[in-house]
Order: sequence, then structure tokens, then C-alpha cells
Amino acid sequence: MSRACLLLAFSLYVSTGCAVEVQRPRGVPLTKRQFYEENKPFTCLDGSRTIPFDRVNDDYCDCKDGSDEPGTAACPNGSFHCTNAGYKPTFIPSSRINDGICDCCDTTDEYNSGAVCQNTCRELGRQEREALQKQAEIAQEGFLLKQQLIQEAKRQQEEKQGKMTELQNNRKTMEEKVEALRTVKEVAEQPEKEAKERHHKAWEEQKAIIRAEKDKAKMAEAFLELDDDADGFVSVAELQSHSELNPDSDEAFTEAEAQGLLGGVDKVDTSSFETVWGNIKAKYVSEAQADSGTAPTQPPAEENRPPVRDNEPYPEDEPVDDEDEHDDEEEDEEDYNDEDDDKPPPSVRTPEKSEQDEEAMPPYDAETQALIDAAQKTRDDFDEAERALREVDDQIKSIEKELSFDFGPSGEFTYLYSQCYELSTSEYIYKLCPFNRVSQKPKYGGSETNLGSWGAWAGPEDAKHLVMKYEHGTGCWQGPNRSTTVKLTCGKETVVMSTSEPSRCEYLMEFTTPAVCQKPPSLDSLQHGHTEL
Amino acid sequence: MGLLVLACVSLFVTSSVAVDRGNFKTCDQSAFCKRQRALKAGQSPYRALLETLELSDSRVTLQLINDNNKVRLLLELYRLQGNMTRVKINELKPLKPRFEVPDVLVSDPPTEPLSLVSQDDNGVVLSLGAARQQRLIVSARPFRLDIVEGPEVLMSLNSRGLLAFEHLRVRKDTQANPEGTETKENVDGAEEPVEVKETAEEGAKDEDVDGMWEETFKSHTDSKPNGPTSISLDFSLPGVEHVYGIPEHADNLKLKTTDGGEPYRLYNLDVFQYELYNPMALYGAVPVMLAHNAVRTMGLFWLNAAETWVDISSNTAGKTVFGKMLDYVQGASETPQTDVRWISESGIIDVFIMLGPTPSDVFAQYASLTGTQSFPPIAALAYHQCRWNYNDQEDVQAVDKGFDEHDIPYDFIWLDIEHTDGKRYFTWDPHKFPNPKDMLQNIKDKRRKMVAIVDPHIKVDSGYKIHNEIRNQNFYIKNKDGGDYEGWCWPGSAGYPDFTKVEMRDWWASMFAYDQYEGSMENLYTWNDMNEPSVFNGPEVTMHKDAKHGDWEHRDFHNLYGFYVQMATADGLIRRSGGVERPFVLTRAFFAGSQRYGAVWTGDNAAEWDHLKISIPMCLSLGLVGISLCGADVGGFFKTPSTELLVRWYQTGAYQPFFRAHAHLDTPRREPWLFGPENTALIREAVRQRYTLLPYWYQQFYLAHTTGQPVMRPLWVEYPKDSATFNMDDQFLIGKDLLVHPVTEEGARGVTAYLPGHGEVWYDAHTFQKHNGAQSLYIPVTMSSIPVFQRGGSIIPRKLRVRRSSSCMESDPYTLYVALSPQRTAEGELYIDDGHTFNFNTKKEFVHRSLTFANNVLSSRNLCPECRFSSPAWIEKVVILGSSNPRKVNLKMDGKETALEFEFDASVSVLTVRKPGMSAGADWMLQLL
Repeated sequence: MSRACLLLAFSLYVSTGCAVEVQRPRGVPLTKRQFYEENKPFTCLDGSRTIPFDRVNDDYCDCKDGSDEPGTAACPNGSFHCTNAGYKPTFIPSSRINDGICDCCDTTDEYNSGAVCQNTCRELGRQEREALQKQAEIAQEGFLLKQQLIQEAKRQQEEKQGKMTELQNNRKTMEEKVEALRTVKEVAEQPEKEAKERHHKAWEEQKAIIRAEKDKAKMAEAFLELDDDADGFVSVAELQSHSELNPDSDEAFTEAEAQGLLGGVDKVDTSSFETVWGNIKAKYVSEAQADSGTAPTQPPAEENRPPVRDNEPYPEDEPVDDEDEHDDEEEDEEDYNDEDDDKPPPSVRTPEKSEQDEEAMPPYDAETQALIDAAQKTRDDFDEAERALREVDDQIKSIEKELSFDFGPSGEFTYLYSQCYELSTSEYIYKLCPFNRVSQKPKYGGSETNLGSWGAWAGPEDAKHLVMKYEHGTGCWQGPNRSTTVKLTCGKETVVMSTSEPSRCEYLMEFTTPAVCQKPPSLDSLQHGHTEL
Repeated sequence: MGLLVLACVSLFVTSSVAVDRGNFKTCDQSAFCKRQRALKAGQSPYRALLETLELSDSRVTLQLINDNNKVRLLLELYRLQGNMTRVKINELKPLKPRFEVPDVLVSDPPTEPLSLVSQDDNGVVLSLGAARQQRLIVSARPFRLDIVEGPEVLMSLNSRGLLAFEHLRVRKDTQANPEGTETKENVDGAEEPVEVKETAEEGAKDEDVDGMWEETFKSHTDSKPNGPTSISLDFSLPGVEHVYGIPEHADNLKLKTTDGGEPYRLYNLDVFQYELYNPMALYGAVPVMLAHNAVRTMGLFWLNAAETWVDISSNTAGKTVFGKMLDYVQGASETPQTDVRWISESGIIDVFIMLGPTPSDVFAQYASLTGTQSFPPIAALAYHQCRWNYNDQEDVQAVDKGFDEHDIPYDFIWLDIEHTDGKRYFTWDPHKFPNPKDMLQNIKDKRRKMVAIVDPHIKVDSGYKIHNEIRNQNFYIKNKDGGDYEGWCWPGSAGYPDFTKVEMRDWWASMFAYDQYEGSMENLYTWNDMNEPSVFNGPEVTMHKDAKHGDWEHRDFHNLYGFYVQMATADGLIRRSGGVERPFVLTRAFFAGSQRYGAVWTGDNAAEWDHLKISIPMCLSLGLVGISLCGADVGGFFKTPSTELLVRWYQTGAYQPFFRAHAHLDTPRREPWLFGPENTALIREAVRQRYTLLPYWYQQFYLAHTTGQPVMRPLWVEYPKDSATFNMDDQFLIGKDLLVHPVTEEGARGVTAYLPGHGEVWYDAHTFQKHNGAQSLYIPVTMSSIPVFQRGGSIIPRKLRVRRSSSCMESDPYTLYVALSPQRTAEGELYIDDGHTFNFNTKKEFVHRSLTFANNVLSSRNLCPECRFSSPAWIEKVVILGSSNPRKVNLKMDGKETALEFEFDASVSVLTVRKPGMSAGADWMLQLL
């Protein structure tokens, strides 16, 4: 039972090791000692009321702010001060006094619970100092590295700026060159164009003459073919024998229709046939051609077969088709197939090309060819210059993009740009490419998953550059798009330390880099500054 | 935990859509329900053969005959101690025994003598005990039972002629043709030779109905080797307009009429994203219904574990309030009446009629049959932090630390299925949880506990010890062809242990021994999920009905499977401690009697306001049928709650029996501190309110355990004559002294609460403001808390020193909140024990005090003088609400009188007595002068 007044005197050890007794109620920090004067009425620290001093730490809560019970659990909002000599002093909620759990390393919170606590302050202090020392060393080294990174970034920045200026200057020159070459090109292309046009025109005329002659010959031939009775006239009946000339191909080729084609007369002679030929030549089929039996509009069946797709390596219908083609062959199918594989493709079945009655265009004359060659040269020069300009533009854009990133107040994160860092876990390989993206790839096969693309710096206001946010990764089934938060801590090396997925599809990465190392306090101060007194 | 992620079964709809109803049967799609429901009320074909009447001291038997098919039934009537009547109907000579539900009743219910009052050709009158002038009238033609008290009919059975008993029969076609080729049954039936006259009519009438010998739902065929076996009986309740119970349904507290709609269905099912306000079956089934009116409360317990449907109709259902009033004024009204009809697929008719007459009597009667709520360890009544899943040991440690950093208490952290090695229960994922004992020790160091999930589906894997042992001992449920039944669940292909076998349960329990369950420790407890059982590729996501439990079919046992799983698991936790420690096991599936084994939650709900709202009637309904340790996933399982909803849910959950936050794998994290300092503070305050009230909660569970009274109660239970309370399910009582009206509307600025009780007063638990009873009250609300009232006339003990966990608070002092009635009296109790062992029972190690305030004296009296338990706890403060300002306050104890200091706040009439300091277990008197 702990109802007794708990005013205690206890010893505090300062780092020098000599004991000093300081009288104050349990749980009160030295800084507030003056408010708790023994045997004088106590006024709640919020001023709400004044109580006799024996009600301080009497295990009953009198003050609304909990200040009368710094050493008991009586007040729901109280706090208890652990001196933790040898380690860091701290406040704990007074609900943790005598709850059977050791919270203060100096064991002072468990004075009446039966919990057996060890004083671990010295050990913790030692560990803390060691850890701080180590941290400080890392910070020290990291900070030096950071300076180098800053220098490097600065150098790079200047270099980039220099390069930029240079590129921009170059660009100007190149742009001018492109314009100049464009003019040269245009100047050279004009005579070329004219000469070519002349040549083409001549060729067109030549072709027209040849075509007319051919047509005439064809007409004569047709006349002869049509004039079955060789009476020198083509009659209605003779015309009707060529059913392809039927103007309404569905129905019968009537006499009236044939007469219509002949210009309203019953028969025509060679000279009148010229007009008739104009009407029928498009449809007319030479008898010689018709006899050959080939229907040029009907491609062979094979042509309709869809090509075998790559993803169907063994189409099942292949052998069946082959068998159909070679119905009467008695060969073993396998042998046959093997053989078939070696055969050339059946390209011969393609329809005959329509008769090429026009000869190729004659080559340009030497003069024209010279003009063409000259123009081509100017074109090549122009293209070359333009390509060079584009390259420079790309370089400028890329530098501009790089310069647009927030690489930290001193550019210390510049070195991370266009780098990638990997972490291999039992199942996955995680890849962080700062300012670009985060991804995850299963170790044993499977495709990469995008865990987010560079979003922004997302640390708290005063330390924005301690957290990176990557967003809009691959969507989750029934969930959000994947995203990753990267927490940066000071380290000598640039390493992805860990990854986790605290919430579905929201990843967390820990990443060390010298770029966030702060200048540590001098190591000397660490040796001493860590006791309360 | 629930279904998701697996790309199996057509169950998986998008998250924005609710349940896929097509996966679950309607009555019309369930052949026996369709057959039975096609039978309309009318003249019953059953006749009582009075000449067969046999009366022994404890029972009456009587044969019934169906005049249509001449099949005889045997009726047994029992008068049970405690004002109950049991009615059993079975076939007189079944072809083979019909299934009777084992293990649910705590014992063979003790009987009382029945006596014959009179008998004639029309029937028999039996006395049900002289004290109440209750009689049981058996009418012969047609058969009908009426229970009357004095001149009043309390209940009638078969009054609508819906008794229907499908007797076991030989399949005709298979008899004629063993190969079972489908010959025309109709014709065969019609051409039946005359000598089998008895069955001819039945043959013609019944055999042509579809689905009697086989039925197919979606792609699943039920082979039905026993043919039609269903049973049905109707009950009429004159004077009753309100019926409750038959959980589990996501519906209002007051049951609705089912005319023209679907009946309420009782069939344990894993329903993905269940829909609210409908009678579809859910995870658990308790076939118990309560009927209530202003003068009497009764109960019906239909002891049958097969698929069951319940139809409810009412002669006043269609009437408006005005219409009813008109009837009343004109005196023209017929008596209001509710008619109920139960239909089950197999087994026998075995009904317990609990005649009350008070709600409390009915609870006691039902508890005498199926037992009371297990007394949970006090930690189980504290706050539980769950998520599917805490990823690994580091995650668990970080969450644990988070609670301390934000000064929010919690007692249990939970691990869902991902903690296992490939969903092999009783194992740990070697990468994520390599050192479970270290983790448990770290939690133990904080005086906290853990729950890990153990589901009943067992991965079929020859490298898995549990599977091998179950298979080798032949403990798996069999499929219809005799092989081990296999279904698809979390681990992929899985077997289902036959928990209906006692040897199997014994073995299962032994698996929880510390040397069997590797990595377990005494602060690790268990959660049984998916025990409907859930079979992802089974009919209606559960087991085939023709699967075999020994000679019985799964059809017979279905609703009992989850009950057995929890029973065996709880037994395991008891046995691992040598019978000393109380177990804590959460289950999703349940049946009548499941209250004996632990806690139940309402399954996979969703982060929606309506789901918060429905958590109240769902837990109230469970409480009415014995299962008090009920809760809903705080925050909602599926989807992501708005911050407001999350806070409101914490505030509500803090005042519901089982208080656990849970979340789906795919939702963003929602530990209480992730929503800004303001909301963290609101949630902290809600959880702290729970912890201050733990003494009261614990005492209520002691009461539930010892008396069967529900912890979370509808208002009508305490105010049975106040018809204004009969439909209420937006507020509730904890015990009889705390009234809670949760805020379940988004953006609410106030709620209208009803404070019951003519001539009573209620005190706002936060402001101590006094309100009169029997009024509706508009209470403005802010986000800071929900309205809670303490009944004038009650004394509630609290512990105001909220610590990290309940066990850190065990020795802390109490503050007594004495709320005076208008007569300036108050009563309450204080119960204290070690909080976690059976010693309260086995060694009488507890403190049980009666606290009374009368004549300006508050006194503590020992309710168990033979008990011995020494608690260091003391009384640090007494707060008297509705008090006057005394001159003096004296404490009398051990013959000494001490003057105590006090303060009086005249603005709210609250007297605070400073540090009286008496030991909680002592006799004392506190006098206001």
C-alpha cells in the first residue's frame, strides 16, 4: 500500500562521481525544485489551488494539472522525472510509476511494485556515448565526404553551366549554319527540279505515243477477233459473243444492248469501230487470254491462309493441309513433313504480273544528273547540320532537366543523379534510382514492378531533404498505386539499408548517404555532456 | 480476416460492390425450404393417437399419425425445471436413427413431474405445475399443442397445421433398379400396386418433387443418399408483436415479418462483403428466438444444427400505428399475434419452450440449458489491436512502441494468417517471425498479450506435421465416397479435421501444449477464423452437405462445426496451463452454447457508417441468446474509414463487449496515431474511457458467467413494460446501469437519446448532469465523446489510473461513482479476483461486495463470506452524483470513525469524498451527516 507521504531524499551522482544530496519530492526535476518547499503549502503549478505540503505525493490527485503527485500514479496527466544519473534524464507519464515495468534506467519509477529492476543507466550511458561517438565519427567522415560532394557538385554545376553556355553558343553557330545550308540546298534544288521535270515531261510524251500505238494495234486485233465472219464488219451478234461486254452484267446480253454499244447501228466497219472500242476496251477480254483459262482475279487458295504466328510454334493444322495437297502420296507423315520443311515456299503461285507494256524511263541525261548530284550533296550537308543541331538541343534539354532538380541546398545530392542502388532481400531485388524511380524485381524470375517515380522531397519543413517520395507506381489490385517513401540518414556510404511495406503497396526504404550528414559537435563535448548535472 | 486476394471462385467482385447474392441460396433454391414453404397453413394431416399416451413421472409420450401417409411419429413432452417445456417429435420407427444434436446442452435438463389433469376423446390436459396454473393441452384431431396460463394462451404449436415431418424412405427407383437409371418416377408412383396403399398416396404426391434425392446449386451437386428428411413446425404467439434473436443476421434487433420475402436463414456461411438489413445467413447460427410483450417474455430454442429457415408473420405487421390505435379505441381489434415457422433440413424436432415470464427468467432458463458466457480474463475485455497483417516481428515491436509513445493503452496485439509458414497453422513464417518467443517475451515484459490465428483448414502437405497426424489418425472429414474431404482455402488444397469426434478434439487440444505449439508462450492466445467451415470452392463457399462425419452427414452437423472448433481450442488453452488459466478464443462461426468457449465477432464488415450502426443490433441479438462477448471490427474490415468514422467507431467500440480494431490487408495502416494529434487524442480518450470502466465490465461478465444475463442489453430487457423501447437498437445498456447512445451519423451535431424509466433519473457520465427518465432527449455532441448515462440508483466502480495495459492496473485503487435515485438510494457491486485463473471458481478466490447507499450511508457488505482473496486495491475516491452538501463525512471501519475531507460542486450536485482509503475487500460504512 502506498498511501504514505513519499517525500524522499535521494542521492544523485554527478559525473565527477561525488555524491550530493538534494532534497526534493520524488519525481520532481531539479528545475522545479523551488516549487516544492518542504513544510510550506504547495500551490499547484497551474495555480488552481493550494494544498498542505503533506498532500504532495500522498497518492491522491488534488491538482488538475497533476503537479501535486509527481512521484505517484495518482494523477492521470502527471509526469515523473527520472534523473537517470549516468544517462539521459527523462520524464515518463506518471501512469508508468509502479506498473511493474522498468522504465527509468535508474529504477526510480518502480519503488513499490515488486518489479525487480536493474540500474542500467551507466551501461546505457556507455552505450549511448559509444553510439554517439560512432555516429559522430560517421557524421564527421560523412560530413567531409559531403563537402567533397558539394565541391564536386559545384564543379559539375559549373561544368554543366559552362557546357550549357558553350552548347548555346555552338547552337547559335549551328543554327546559322543550318540556315545557310538550307539556302544553298534550295538554290541547288531549283535547277535540279526544272531539269527533272523536263526529262519527265519528255518521257511522258514519249509514253503517250507508244500507248496510242499499242491501243490501235489492240483495237485492230480486237476487230479481227470480233469479226468472226471476217466480213469487215463487227455485228451485233458478233459483239454479243463477248459476254463480258454486257453493260448490266447480271442479266442477258441483249441485242439492244449490243446495238447500243455499236452506237445504234447493226454493224460497224473498221473506221467506225474506233468509237465503239472506246466504249468497250475497258471490259474487253482478248479471246487468246480467255482461252488460257487463268482467272487473274482469283488468287490461289493458299494466299488466304493466315501466316503462322510466332507464338504458335506448332500449329496443329499444318500437317493436315499438307496431306490434302498431297493426297495420293503414301509416304510416312513424319518423313513427309521433314521433307516439306526443306521445300522452298510456294511463291510461284502468285498471279502473273499484268503485262508490262511500258518500258522503263530512260536515264537522265548527263547534264540533269550533274544537277541532281549537286543538289543531293547540298541536301546531305543540310541534313547533317540539322542533325548536329538536334543533338545539341537534346544535350541542352538534358542539362536543363538536371539543373532543374532540387539537389539540396548545396547540391549535395547531385551525385545521386542517374545512379541506381540495389538491395537484395530474400525474395526481391529492390532498386532505387534517385530522382528517377524505385522498382522491385523478384529474385527468381518475374517482371519488374514500378514502386513509384520521383515525386518530391517530403521531409518535415525544417528537414525537407531527409525524405524522398516516389509516387504513381504500378497499381495494386483493389488498392492504390504503389508508392515509396525513402528516408535518408547520414552514412559514409551510399546504400539502401532496408525496405519494408508497412501498408499494402506503400513502401518504405532506408537509405544512407553522406549528403545528409551534419557537422557533428566536437567529440570532446560528447565525453562529458551527458549527465544531468 | 476474410476472403480476398485469392483468384478463386466467382465470389470476387470489386470492392465497391456488396455481397454477390448469386453465390448463396434463396429459399426457392434450397429444395427442402421450397418444398416446405409450398405447404400453406390449413388443416394438419396429423392426429394424436390418444390411446398411445404414456405418462411417466418426467415425461409424456404419445404417437402422432399422418393421415395422408400413415407414417407415425412419436411425441415426447417434458416439463423442465425452471419453467420450461420440451417438445420432441421423431419418427416412431425411422428406417435408421435420425440425428439428434449432441454436446450443446450442458446436461440432460432436469425434469419436473407432469400430471394429467383431464382426458377425453378430443385431447389431454396436462398440468405444468400448480404454482402458475399452467397447462399443456394436447388436441387430438388435428394434432395441436397449446400452453396456457390461467385463461390465457401463451403459445400454440401446429395451430396453423405446418407440422411436416419428411420420414426416411427407400428410394423407389434404386430399389427397382439398383443401378439407379432414371426411370419415370411419376409413372412408377402412380402405378404402385394397391397393397402398399399406405405409401401410395405419398408416392404420388411426394416423389415427383424435384431435389428430394439430389439437388444442384451452381456447379455443385448434393447427392442426398437419405432422400428428403426435412422437418417443420409452426408456433403461434398470441399477444406478441415483438420477436428477437435467431442470430446471425445483419439486420435490426426486432425481427421483421418474412411474408412475401425470404425467411431468416440459419446456415453458417463465409459471406464475402455481406449486405445489411436482410435475412441472409451469416457466419453463425443460434436457433433461439425471444418473444416479448409488456407482460411477458418467452423463448423458443429449436435444437437443430442443420440448415434452418425461419418464417415470421404477424397479424399487425401491415397496420399503421394509427390503425392499431383505431382498433384499440373501437375495441374491434383481434389480439395481435406473431406466427413463427421453423424449417430444418434434417434431424428431429426438439424444442425448448422457455416460459419466462421476465426477460431475466428467460436468460436464466436458456443458460440452464446451454450454459453461460465463459468468464474471460480481464485483459480480453480491454483493447485489442489487430490488422491483417502485422508484417513481422519488427512491425509488432514498432506498433507496441507506438502505443507507448502515444500513451494509448492496449492489451492484445493480433497476428492474422500471414504470420504462419505458408498458412500452416501452429507454425511461424521463418523469415518474418524467426523468434516468436523473443517477440512474445517483449510483449510480456510490457504486461501485454498476443493472439495468433489458428484456422481449422489444414494444408494438405506431407511435410506438415499437423496434416500428417490428422491423416494418419483418420481424423479428417470424409467426402461422400469415403476419401479425405479436400477443399480450397487459404493454404490451397486443405483438409478439414472432424471436430465432431471427441478423439479429434482431444488431439487438437493437445496441440496447444507449449512443447507442441512451437514458439508459443502463456501470453499467446488463439483466434479461430473460417470455421463455418469456409471452403472457397465448395457450394455456397462451404462444405458439401454429403461429406461424412462418421455415419452422419455434414448436413446434420453443419451449424455445429465452428462451435466444436472453438470448444477444442479453448480446451487446448486450458490444458496447456494445467487447468489453471482461463482461455481466450475468438471465433467467427458459432452455435447455441458457443458462449461457453469465448468471444465472437461479427465477421468481415466494412468501413461504412451503416456497418457501425448495425454493430449494435448484431451484438444485442447475440447477447439475447447467451453470447455476450461480442464485438465488431473497429474501423471496419474492408475499405478505409474516414477519420471521423474511425473516431466514432472507437467511441462506440469502447462501449461494446469485445473491443478490437481490425483492418484488411489492402487498406492503408490505421494505428490510432496516424491521423494527426487531434484524432490521436480523441481515440486515446475513447480507449481510456474503456480502461477506467474495466472493473464494471469485468463485474458484468462475472454476472453473465454466473447468471446468464447478457452484458450488452436492449433497453426493453430492463424496461419490459415500456413499449417505446421495444424497437430500439440505436442505443443500449451495459448491465443495467450504463446507457450508451453511440453517434453513428456522419457530421452529427447531436443525437436524440431515450432515457427510460418513469420516476427514474440518469446522469450524464461525462458532465454529471441529471436528466429525468421516460423522455427523449436531444443531446448536442462534439467529436470528443458519445453520450453515456449512469442510471440513478446505481454504483459503478472505476479505475481512473489508466495504464499501459489492464494487468498494469490490477492493484490500482477504485473510485466509486454513486448515482443517487430520486429516493436518494443506490446499489452496486464490486467484484475482484486475480483476473486470469479459474481460482475464483475452484478456490473461491475472489472479493464480491455489495455496495449500498441508503439513509445517507454508503456501505460495503460481503456477498461471499466464505471467499478469500486479498487484493491490494483500495478506494481512493467516492463520487456521489445528485448529492446534497453534507456537513461532515465520516468513515466507520474496524470500529473506528474517521472524518474525511470532501468537496461539493453545487452546480451539478456532486460530492467528492477525498481519499477514504479503505481496502476494497473490507467492511466499511461512509456516513454523510
